[in-house]
Amino acid sequence: MNKKKIYSNWFLVPAVAIFLIFFIIPMVTSLFFSLTIWDLKDYTFVGLDNFKTFFGEHSLSISVKNTLIYAFSTSGLKVIIAFFIALFLTSKIRTKNFLRSLVFFPNLVSAIAIGIVFKALMHPSKGLINAVLGAIGIAGPNWLGDTNLALFSVIAVDVWKGVSISTVIFIAGISSIDSSYYEAASIDGATRWQTIRHIVIPLVRTSMNTIIILSLIGGLRCFDLIWAMTKGGPGFVTDVLASVVYKQYAAGFYGLSTAGNVIMFVLIALIAFPLQKFLNSREVYN
Amino acid sequence: MNKKKRLTLLGDILGCIFGILIFAVPFLFMLINALKDRKEANLLKLTLPTEWMWDNFKQVFEANNYLIVTAFKNSILLTVGSLILLIVVGSMAGYVLQRRSDKTTKFVSTLVMTGLMIPPAILPTIWIMQGLHIYKTMFGMILIETALQIPFTIMLYRGFMNTIPVELEEAGYIDGCTRTDLFVKIIFPLLKPVTSTIIILNAVTIFNDFTNPLYFLPGTKNATVQLTLYNFMGRYSSSYNLLFADVLIITIPMLILFLFFNQKIVDGMVAGAVKG
Repeated sequence: MNKKKIYSNWFLVPAVAIFLIFFIIPMVTSLFFSLTIWDLKDYTFVGLDNFKTFFGEHSLSISVKNTLIYAFSTSGLKVIIAFFIALFLTSKIRTKNFLRSLVFFPNLVSAIAIGIVFKALMHPSKGLINAVLGAIGIAGPNWLGDTNLALFSVIAVDVWKGVSISTVIFIAGISSIDSSYYEAASIDGATRWQTIRHIVIPLVRTSMNTIIILSLIGGLRCFDLIWAMTKGGPGFVTDVLASVVYKQYAAGFYGLSTAGNVIMFVLIALIAFPLQKFLNSREVYN
Repeated sequence: MNKKKRLTLLGDILGCIFGILIFAVPFLFMLINALKDRKEANLLKLTLPTEWMWDNFKQVFEANNYLIVTAFKNSILLTVGSLILLIVVGSMAGYVLQRRSDKTTKFVSTLVMTGLMIPPAILPTIWIMQGLHIYKTMFGMILIETALQIPFTIMLYRGFMNTIPVELEEAGYIDGCTRTDLFVKIIFPLLKPVTSTIIILNAVTIFNDFTNPLYFLPGTKNATVQLTLYNFMGRYSSSYNLLFADVLIITIPMLILFLFFNQKIVDGMVAGAVKG
């Protein structure tokens, strides 16, 4: 039968049109506008000046470093923590449905709401976290005010919020492992740790790769949680690329803001695409 | 065997204790502090309120001339509008992209899939919206949310089309169905399971979206729930009771959604993530 006749390419037109106008064209034109000073009407071409400013000023270039720290630590922590939660939740415990819902719920709450709650919990003098630490004799730090700690406090909250989706993906991966592998292992007298090391980990590699890529990209573009909790402060120590883009936009430096946006594209393209290729090449098929 | 059973029980108990401590306490903390008076709530303690202030919720509703009601209206309009558009254009595109494979569809697939990774270019988007005179309008915002969720939606529809046998369309074609009828009457009803997944997942994403309305839909008249929540945070930083009451009111729709569609949401997210 004639495929062209039944499946008309006209069906693609509405989706492609919306996507082109509101995603692809802005993306392509951003490459040009990042080389200009503009106010959304008139522009002056300035070459690479915006990028020079960006990397020349510490308050801006620090965001690249922070974005990388943020993305890699949230992604790494989510993979490790989610793996163990998933192992636990696929074992024979009886309350697993309750626990799964419990772990999953933060995923449905908006980042702003979570930011508000944790900002209160991390309050330096009266926050609940420091109250608990104080009760066992540890002087709690100023989680969001300490310049060395603030970024990691936000990272911890991001992991708290995002670990659920990784857990759920791991649970799906672990549940799909054929039970004959476990039987074979137990006949051979493998210990629990050996089973995990040589059976579970290789066979959930697909899930693991998905989680790494997903959370890494999420981390590289993260904005709302950071903005709700610290607004990039104290100083610039928690500024990431997305928050610099917003700050420069709010300050009216549209060219500079667009340059930040372009740096974000390049960073994601340079990290995510090769990483995905590399990870996919190492997959073991179940 | 007995030892193993005891170990499982211990796992249950420890799991529940840590699970509740880490994941439930923050919400519990918010709930009880939302019901205290201002002075008591500002102590940020995890104790029951001395006086239950249900009035806080009323106060939040009445704040700024019922701004939160406007915000709910806007958010619901935005979510429903984007969902309808997404389902229509996404199902059509996913259908053809899976069934045909030639240069055009391959190119379109690659193009759309970049959207799964690359974030939007903010200012050029505003520039285009201004050019089309839809900046700061709900219509424009709906188009933006649609554009941003199109990749994910198409991916799910295309994946699901794999499971629908092509014989159905052949039979319909031979019986003289038109192309439009074929899709609307035969294929679209069969896509129902994935459509409901798409509705739930996109509803959560769009309703909780803060960043995009912040850029593309500024202005009090157009405020969405997440934006009012953010503004509330600035204005009521010294009355935690009202702030938490606001957070609760805004989280309740998601809570209800979760209670009804718990399994569906979890399965959908896995399906979406793994196929990506």
